[in-house]
Amino acid sequence: MTDRPRLAVIGAGPAGLAATLAAAAEGVRVTLVDSAPQAGGQFYRQPASGLGARRPQALHHQWRTWRRLRAGLDRQLTAGHVTHLTDHHVWCVERHPVGITVHALRGPLQEDGVTVDADAVVLATGGYEKVLPFPGWTLPGVVTAGGAQAMLKGGLVLPGRTAVVAGTGPLLLPVATGLAAAGTRVAALVESADPKALVRHSRALAALPVKLAEGAGYAARLLLRHRVPLLARHTVVEAHGDDRLDAVTVAALDAGGRVRPGTRRRIACDTLAVGHGMLPHTDLAATLGCRLDGVAVEVDDEQRTDVPGVWAAGEATGIGGADLALAEGHIAGRSAAARLTGRRPDARTWTGAARSRAALRGFFAALDSVYAPPAHWTEQVTDDTLVCRCEEVPACAVRAAVRELGAGDVRTVKLLTRAGMGWCQGRMCGPAVAALTGCPPTPARTPFARPVPLGVLAGQGRDTQTGPPDNPPDGKDPHDD
Amino acid sequence: MNPLELTDARPGPAFTVTFDGREIDALPGQTVAAALWAAGVTSWRGTRGAGRPRGVFCGIGVCFDCLVTVNGRPNQRACLVPARPGDAIRTQDGTGHDD
Repeated sequence: MTDRPRLAVIGAGPAGLAATLAAAAEGVRVTLVDSAPQAGGQFYRQPASGLGARRPQALHHQWRTWRRLRAGLDRQLTAGHVTHLTDHHVWCVERHPVGITVHALRGPLQEDGVTVDADAVVLATGGYEKVLPFPGWTLPGVVTAGGAQAMLKGGLVLPGRTAVVAGTGPLLLPVATGLAAAGTRVAALVESADPKALVRHSRALAALPVKLAEGAGYAARLLLRHRVPLLARHTVVEAHGDDRLDAVTVAALDAGGRVRPGTRRRIACDTLAVGHGMLPHTDLAATLGCRLDGVAVEVDDEQRTDVPGVWAAGEATGIGGADLALAEGHIAGRSAAARLTGRRPDARTWTGAARSRAALRGFFAALDSVYAPPAHWTEQVTDDTLVCRCEEVPACAVRAAVRELGAGDVRTVKLLTRAGMGWCQGRMCGPAVAALTGCPPTPARTPFARPVPLGVLAGQGRDTQTGPPDNPPDGKDPHDD
Repeated sequence: MNPLELTDARPGPAFTVTFDGREIDALPGQTVAAALWAAGVTSWRGTRGAGRPRGVFCGIGVCFDCLVTVNGRPNQRACLVPARPGDAIRTQDGTGHDD
């Protein structure tokens, strides 16, 4: 067993699971490293096992695909071909002349350092939600759309009784539907884009009628069953409340993406679930020196990055949803397995996945051009609106750094204002700082993907080794049903 | 309908934690953030600068807005840390190291 090549896969969402199963099926030993207590990632996030949910699928879709992935993982775990390290938070991946070392922090408190050695790695690190600032967006009760969904799927809890779901992008529909089904009154779904603009891209969209039907199904359920008003070409301009959200003001947008005067109206709510699209997690790839294409990891047809031994799949290589992540993960797993076993990968073995990848990339490129934040959203950002939530940097400071202090790039703005220097390392404020300063958006570049205790850094080289090659301590997911 | 009914959840027995000294119920498997939400609590941090209230924002461990003090340890991400029976959860003010 130990002479088999070893692949580390980081992230147990759709891309990581697909890569794991594809590589394990080809005789490669895989260590699947994931921060969550259970496999699934954000898309297939499960209720905590202690909650004993008998119908978790009520909050999910594509449940059959999940069951297939879960069964496949269970088979590989039982066969000993795959080791699943849950609750392992990867902070760095290091490349040596021969092989890869994955550095992680173990357990929810993230205090113990552990390492996993492998011959190659697939980065399936997923993405996170982009939220652009507006007055009041730091009030408790304002959450990201994906965050509301994650808390609902994982903890079976709701943030309040009456929600507004707002922003832009295809995620808003399932979030609003999920909240409504779970008992929240959804007072409005506020979408800044004009869904009619999708018609301009009918060719790319028609290639995937299933995806279109999925969106239409959500919209119909929202409108008919839950009676949620859809406000297209509207935006949230302000969230109100003292210590907690109690209302939002929304307004209509004109064709140029500016707020139309006289259209403001206030909607009472205790929850605002808001999002403006997604961003790829690129920390680990950037630390490895992988070339980025804009804000995503650049990959070739085999899902290889430009760094030997490093593959990437799923949202990390560009936002495109779970189906694209599955296709990319499958190709990455097949390609990595072939190359690790000294074979030349044969693209004919993943023709179906490649076809699906091409169609889905076209589909999401079309969606992206429609679901863009309103062109003039920064005009709604008042000078006292916090841009950087961690360091409490207001918009006026960011603007002054450019206008008065002559900052010409995001890095200089950061040095002058501290925007992006806090706990989240600019993940939340990065796009806003870029837009307010007129600089191109750049991925947050951090030496470590998460905070690391000094003791762990000091103990480098003396970490506990987990996973392959011998005697994995966490060989089976302890949360298996 | 609530989320527990919707998913036909049969959780293990609830247990007690405290939030700023007040007893609240939590269900097995819930994170600290989920237990607080279930108890109707949405803010548990005062920012270092203006002392403004914060709670869950991203819900997936990215934003660090939901930092909280658990059993005397500050800066725990409430959306990631599981609630355990008897946990003493406290609002975190500033850096959490002042008290």
